[in-house]
Order: sequence, then structure tokens, then C-alpha cells
Amino acid sequence: MSLHTLTIHQLREKLRRGAVSAREATQSLLDRILSVDSRLKAYLWLNAEDALAQADAIDRSGIARNGKLLGGVPIAIKDVINVEGQPCTCASKILKGHTSVYDAFVVQRLREAGAILLGRTNMDEFAMGSSTENSSWGITHNPWDLECIPGGSSGGSAAAVAADEAFAALGSDTGGSIRQPASLCGCVGFKPTYGRVSRYGLVAFASSLDQIGPFTKTVADGALMLRVLAGHDPQDSTSVPRPVPDYAKMFGDGVKGLRIGLPKEYFIDGMNREVEVATRAAIKKLQELGAEIVEISLPHTDYAVAVYYLIATAEASANLARFDGVRYGARVAGEDVIDMYGKTRGAGFGPEVKRRIILGTYALSAGYYDAYYVRAQKVRTLIRQDFENAFEKCDAIVTPTSPEVAFRIGEKTDDPLKMYLSDIFTISVNLAGICGVSLPCGFTNDPRLPIGLQILGKSFDEETVLRVAHAYEQATEWHKARPRL
Amino acid sequence: MQYEAVIGLEVHVQLKTKSKMFCGCTTEFGTPPNTQVCPVCLGYPGVLPVMNEEAVSKTILTGLMIGSKVAGFSKWDRKSYFYPDMPKNYQISQYDLPLCAEGAVEIKLDGGKTKAIGVTRAHLEEDVAKNTHFETTSGVDFNRAGLPLMEIVSEPDMSSPDEAFAYLTALKEILISGGISDCDMEKGQLRCDSNVSVRPVGQEELGEKVEIKNMNTISGVRRALAYEIQRQTAALQKGDKVSQETRRWDDATGRTCVMRTKEYAHDYRYFPDPDLMPVVVSEEMIAALRKLLHELPEAKRQRFIKQYGLPEYDAGVLVADAVLAGYYERAAATSKNPKAISNWVMTEFLGKLAEAKKTIGECVIQPEHLAELVALVDGGQISGKIGKEVFVEMFDSGKSPGLIVKEKGLVQVSDTGAIEGFVNEAIAKNPKSVADFKAGNEGAINFLKGQVMKLSRGKANPQLVGEILQKKLRGN
Amino acid sequence: MANDTNQFDVGYVAHLARLHLTETEKQKIASQLKDTLAYVAKLNELDVSKVEPTAHATPLANVLRKDEVRPSIDRATILKNAPEQARDLFIVPKIVE
Repeated sequence: MSLHTLTIHQLREKLRRGAVSAREATQSLLDRILSVDSRLKAYLWLNAEDALAQADAIDRSGIARNGKLLGGVPIAIKDVINVEGQPCTCASKILKGHTSVYDAFVVQRLREAGAILLGRTNMDEFAMGSSTENSSWGITHNPWDLECIPGGSSGGSAAAVAADEAFAALGSDTGGSIRQPASLCGCVGFKPTYGRVSRYGLVAFASSLDQIGPFTKTVADGALMLRVLAGHDPQDSTSVPRPVPDYAKMFGDGVKGLRIGLPKEYFIDGMNREVEVATRAAIKKLQELGAEIVEISLPHTDYAVAVYYLIATAEASANLARFDGVRYGARVAGEDVIDMYGKTRGAGFGPEVKRRIILGTYALSAGYYDAYYVRAQKVRTLIRQDFENAFEKCDAIVTPTSPEVAFRIGEKTDDPLKMYLSDIFTISVNLAGICGVSLPCGFTNDPRLPIGLQILGKSFDEETVLRVAHAYEQATEWHKARPRL
Repeated sequence: MQYEAVIGLEVHVQLKTKSKMFCGCTTEFGTPPNTQVCPVCLGYPGVLPVMNEEAVSKTILTGLMIGSKVAGFSKWDRKSYFYPDMPKNYQISQYDLPLCAEGAVEIKLDGGKTKAIGVTRAHLEEDVAKNTHFETTSGVDFNRAGLPLMEIVSEPDMSSPDEAFAYLTALKEILISGGISDCDMEKGQLRCDSNVSVRPVGQEELGEKVEIKNMNTISGVRRALAYEIQRQTAALQKGDKVSQETRRWDDATGRTCVMRTKEYAHDYRYFPDPDLMPVVVSEEMIAALRKLLHELPEAKRQRFIKQYGLPEYDAGVLVADAVLAGYYERAAATSKNPKAISNWVMTEFLGKLAEAKKTIGECVIQPEHLAELVALVDGGQISGKIGKEVFVEMFDSGKSPGLIVKEKGLVQVSDTGAIEGFVNEAIAKNPKSVADFKAGNEGAINFLKGQVMKLSRGKANPQLVGEILQKKLRGN
Repeated sequence: MANDTNQFDVGYVAHLARLHLTETEKQKIASQLKDTLAYVAKLNELDVSKVEPTAHATPLANVLRKDEVRPSIDRATILKNAPEQARDLFIVPKIVE
């Protein structure tokens, strides 16, 4: 029985009936990982005994057979989220050997829901990147074409789910780091509204932009994961105290009568032609399903990347200051404390992280703060207002997730700016704080690489986004495709 | 040429809260190193700060006590600099929108005049860890990291070391009486840095400002400022320039010396902390806090003097402790003799508490009973001496004086007939003393008085005894 | 906005960030960031004189916690993660005042 190919819903159904045990589910993944991960390298850390021990405990307690939403389901965790007792390196040398001493809020939620914490997935160092090539521990390969990148920064999580190495995985999204890899790997990736899911335990990159979200094989699975992860956390001052609905409740309503906005700025020259074709076909499908298509404008789209790379790097430069070799992590000896700081951070951080720290520090420095940081925050307000205005005319917005499909490993590493520009469709969403999902909507022909459709909703309207996504998904076959490994 | 000093003080106060500013670790002092820490105050990866409500209230209260404008909207900023006592290498502080702005602390000058020392601002921040220096290394204890710290910046309104001393003393008094902080400088609960410059009298332009650090007591501040003013004045008189620098006070040698200058000046790169939400202070919040406002010590002292007819010394003792003052006021409220109450409180009451190592809260004497005791003595029902015995019984049992006097039959005998009886008996039993007295030894009457008191088991009204003895002995 | 990217002294900024860079790294970063800064200069095109900066991503205020003590973490656990520790303290090279 190839359990590893099931969705969460399918697995849960079997677990509830007792047709399958948590151990069997876990073992099926371990076997799959053994079989393919040497080629994919999605996982950074895996403790099979620990995972099976968790599964056995769940089988003994009977949790999988009762109402626990994720009872007996193994989930993979991006290496940027704290799990007590597990290593947490954020794919960085500076945290080599570091063990988490506490659980992130979302991890507590997963445990309470009966999930099994399977292993830790690869990522761009400190979530800075769009290809997972910035990991200090090696690259992850796209399951659809091993010569290609899986996207980033949550490349490991996306690849794991796409290759049936996990039933679901957690990632984090600061400028598109869940949606873009989901698009490039052909699975579902959801970024909740800022403040919907607690950031407590997520190693911070850009505090006002980061959100944790799930990678899944279907939209329904994503809705279920979101239900477990979302909710107020008093340990996170930015966590919004709003009740968490049953996100799948509205699925039955489909898209009839919903207005779908198409921002003209997202259909640009230079976009991969096949991506454009697939996106337009998806829009047509939504129309067939009863949605009304409306043309909208998000006039400040062109400025989003610039705004992002000032605000995110500024916040990151402060967030990463704590990595200094004093209390945890790796240390390089120095003649005095300042020398130690310089050497520890110089040796511990990779080139992309250093670049961003320098840029962010500069943007905050005396004489430049107003010109860079403050100005960027003002343009951010304009971007936010663009979305607020747009959502008066539509209920959801649809765009391609990325202007391109997975590129070859090494193709963009020499040109950071080129790499930054590939985030152009996802970045505004984090700046505005709204929610969005990417789901498969087609493939390029040769090579056969996934194309992703992005659906955006207004703040705290995850329900509408999921509803539109589910309707599209169920009317197509893309979500059933699997890479040949 | 005459020179004058311009002094400003920056005071950091540890607020008296149970837990730290942004996490729930205890604020207890003197525990083993690194036992009061958690991932948040250690700056572990992935943690987030959450504001301590009490710290915010206490800061607003302080502002209200010194007449500040409390900000309707206040926010948090990150102040970046690298140091081993900084868990995140940025300190969460307040930059451009502090909780309190403006205000003043009144000090008393020689000759009874008062002067208002302006306060520029009071804001909240988190404290840093403690470094201990060894031979070639330093060790860091993070117990203190994250404690709530209120920074109060004064205007450069002080013109002498004595004024600085008075300001710190007055500020301490306000903070202690308001329950804001215990201000124990030895425990680091109150720290002070100073900015001082000197200029020719009459010149409007300020001289070069020097920052003085490492003054560990209030007297130390006065000494340091006296030295520094003298140093700067001497330099200017010689025609030298004063450099703008940071100097360290060494109390042992009585001098300030230049601290090692850093290569680059601090660029703190302040920006709003995205992890913390702003504080919006409503009128309702301020009204609720105003209710908790404690009367300022000086005002209370004056009121006690006027309202209860107490001398300044008594008022000072009673007002120094808010609980004691409250106790006194409850006793005085039901008494016709508040001065006597004050005497009882300052001597017997405080004395017995110290002896029994009890706090006022643990004492079982009702304040109203103290008033009753005073009334019994004033009314002549018992003597002052008996009163002291009754007090001890009150302290031990919590019973009312009236009940104790009744149970023990201690009512003073003021019946002249009865006393005459005792006097006659004493005279009869002690002929030698009588003879001594009649021979001119006035002191012999005291022995006889003592005998009368003994016979009456201490209950005879001593004044009457004296009068009656005198009458009988002089043969009237 | 400062358009003088030749003012961008990587060495100075690296010192602010306590980041030791080799000469090669400095030059590479300087050149890459020169391009990035030129790119972000496009923000100057906009008139933001009447726009408020986004202060916070969510419109919350007064997120406060009751002043209650919660258990601290076990000392052995955190000292285990310390790169160097002695006498129950985190040890660093001597701080020169």
C-alpha cells in the first residue's frame, strides 16, 4: 500500500477507521525518504527512531481514531521553526550544533492535534533567498527536474510534499517563500494573513512580514492545516485575537457570484509565455465555474521589490544581531569581544545573508534612515492601499505566482538583483499583510515543470481564497500529477 | 572671571514589578547567576517580547506624580549596539514617542526657597545583563537582563552639586513613596549619569558638555560633580579648552578620568520595533491611575504638621513610611490628642515592632485602640505607667485597652479617700523616711511615693499620691 | 534620497554590523549593492509627502501581559548551548572598557 501518496484527508480517513496505524503511515514516509531523498536532499535532519516512537505513542493512546484533526499524521518542519530538543540551524553555519530549548507555538498546536513531527527540511539560510541555493548545507533539487531549483526559501518543504516525502510540511513566507516554491514544485502553499498564525518560535527574518504556513497536496488539506495552526497566541504581540473558522465550510458554495480581480500589472512582458497561457486558461476555468472576472489595477506593483529589500533587510539586520557567539551557536575565537563578534559572524553567515545585513544596516544608519527606511515604509502604505482599493471591486485576486518556472541550479546565483526580481508577484502580498495561496495550474512542455496560480484575499479572508482555490482545483486534474522519481 | 555650572542628570530606575519587562521571569535580586532567565530574555532565536502591564502603569504614575504630559500614543523602538550584556544586541527602548514628556521635581534650597528642576522625559526600556570581569575573560549573568527600567532625563536646570543631590533625594522620595521602585542604589535599582558643563557667569552659550559615569551613591554624585566642576573651571581659567567626552568617576581617588574613546561614535539606528504594538493611553486609564496617586512626601509632611499639630520631626518620621502614615492617620482620626498618638507610635509602637521583628501589617493592635488607650490615660482612668503595661498586652493579644483594663482591674485609683488610706499606711510603716523628709531630705518623699504605689498595686493615681503625701507630711 | 552611492562605505557599515569581511568580500558586496541601491532609487519617483509610513502590520494597541511570574528555564539547559561557560556564567573574551 503506497500510503505516502495519500493526502491528509485520505490518510486520516484510514487512521480513523483503524485500517492503518500511525506507525505504518510514518514508516511509509521513511521508506519513501530513503528511496528518493538522496537525490532530492529535501531533508536536513531526520530521526527515524524518534518519529516512530511518536507514532507508537499515538497508536497506543488511540488518538488517531478520535477527533484529533491531525492524529497520526507525520508533518515535516522547515529548519527555521523551533522544536524542543531538535536541532535548529536555519540552514546556517552560525547555528551549527544548536538545539532548540522550546517549542514554537505552531509546534505545540501540531502536537495537540496529534501530529507526528517528522523531520527538518532544507531552506535558504535564514529564509533569505528564492532558490534554496543559499543553504549552508547543500542544495535541494526540484522533484520534477533534478537539475532545477525547488524555489525558496522553503524549498525543502515544497520538494518534500511534492515528492510524497511528507503529507504536509511547514514553511515560512516573508516575500513569497511558501508560495513561490509551491508554484515551482507543483503543490499547494498557503501564506496566512499577517497576525493569523503566531510567529513565536519562528526565527525572525523580517518581523513585520514573516508568516508561517503549510505546504500540502490539496487545498482541502491546506484548509485543515490552517485550522490547526491559526489562532491567537499571547506570546506574540502581533498575533491577532480573532476566532478561527472551519475554513472548509464554504467549499460547497463554489465561486458562483464571486468577483475575481485581474491586476493588469501582473501580466508583463518578459513573463514566461507558457506561464501566461496556463494562467489565462485557469482564469477562463474560473469564469466557467461562475466567477465574474474584473480588471483591476495595483498601480504601485513596480515599486514592491524595492520597498521589500529596504524594509526586510533593515528588520533582518537587527533580528540577526543576536547571532554573536555569546549565548548559543558557533563561535570563532577573537582577541577581544569585538574581534570575536566580527570573526564569528564573518565565518558563520553566508554571502546572501551578509549582503542583506549590510544593506539593511545601511538603510537604518544615520543620515540614510529617512531616505531609505522611512520612504520605503511610506510606499508600503501606498501598496497596502492599492489592495484595499482593489478589494472594493473584487472578492479575490488571481495572478501567476511567479513570472517563470523552476530555473536551473546556478543560473542566477551571480546576480542577486535578478534573483530578487523573481519575487515580483509574491512580494506585495507580504507588504500589504494580506493572505494568499499558490496551487498548480499547469506545466511547461519541455522540460515538464509546474506552473503555479496565485489567489489572494483580503486580510483575514482566508475562507474566500481557499474556496476559490478549492473550486479550481476540483475542476482540474493538476493536483493529481506526481513527479517521476 | 566667575564661572557657573550647568548640570543635567539621567537617572535609570528599576521598576518594582514581579516579572521582567518583556517576559515572565522573576525580578528577584541576589539569586544565583543565570537562574532567572528564559528564551525571551536570553534573546534566543525565534522569541518575541510581550509588554508588562505593571511597568507601563508605574511609568505613567511617575509621570503623573511629577506633572508630566502622558503621551496619548507611545511606541517602542530598537536601539542597536553590540555588547555582551545585550541579549539581542539591540535594546528595546523608546526613542521619539516616550510615555511621559516634561514635568518637574521640586527641591528645597538653603534658606527655605524652592526650585523646580525640569524633567525632559521619562521612558521605558529593558535592562541589560551583568558583566563580571576576570583576568582575560568576562562572564555574563543574564538574571538582570530584561528588567523594566525607567529612564528619567532632567533638563540641565541644576547649577550646583548640592542641587543635584537635592534633586536625586527628592526624586528617590517620590519614587519610593509612590511604590514605583525601592531605589536601592547598592542593588543597582537606581543609577545615575550626569552631564555637566561650565561657562562664564552671564554667558548664554553653554560650555562643552562632559558626561560623567560610575557614580554609585547620591553623595558620590555630589562629590563627582564638585570635582568635575572644579576641574573644568580650572581648565578654562588657564585658557585651556574642555573636551566633550565621557569620564569615569573614581570615588576612591576622588577624580574623574577619560573613558577609552571608541573608534566610531554610537549610531544606534533607532527604528520602530515591529514586534511590539504601541501604547495608547486613554483618559480613562489616566483617571484610574490618578486614583492610585500617592500624596507627594513634602505635601504630606506639611499636612501632618498642620492637621495634627505635630512638630516637623514627628511628621517626618510618620510620613517616611506610607503604611505607618496610614496607620497613624486612622488612629488620629478617632482621637482628641493626635500629638499623644504620635508619641505612642514613635516610641512604644515602633519600639515593640522592632523588638518582635514584626511589620505594621503583622501587628494586631487596631489603630482605633491606640486612640482609646490615649483617651484612658488622658482621662485619668489609668496612669501613663499602667498605660505602657496595657500597651504590651494589646500588642500580644490584640484586645482593646478598655477590655484589658477591666479584666486586670487596672483602673487607676483616684478616689482620694482610698489614696489617703494607702498614704497613711505608708507613713505609718516607714517612720525613718518620714523623719528624713521632715529633716529636710526632699528626696525621701519618692521612696514613700513608691511605697504607696506598691500598696495600691500600682493603681493609685501618682499625681494625687504626690499631692496627698505632700499635704500629710507637711502636716496640713 | 541619497544618490551618492560612492558614499557607501562597506567597511564602515560592516563594522556597525560587527561583520568581518575579507577585502574580496567587501569589493564584491560593494559592487552588488551599488546595483541594488541604484535600483531602489526608483522609490524617489513617487511623491510621498502626504503619506504616513506603515508603522505596524496589524492595527493592534495595548497588547499587555499581567505582571505575573512564570517559571524560568533550567540553567543546565541553556549553559549546555553556550559556546563557552564557567562558574555558571557565559564566558566571552575580556571586554575592554
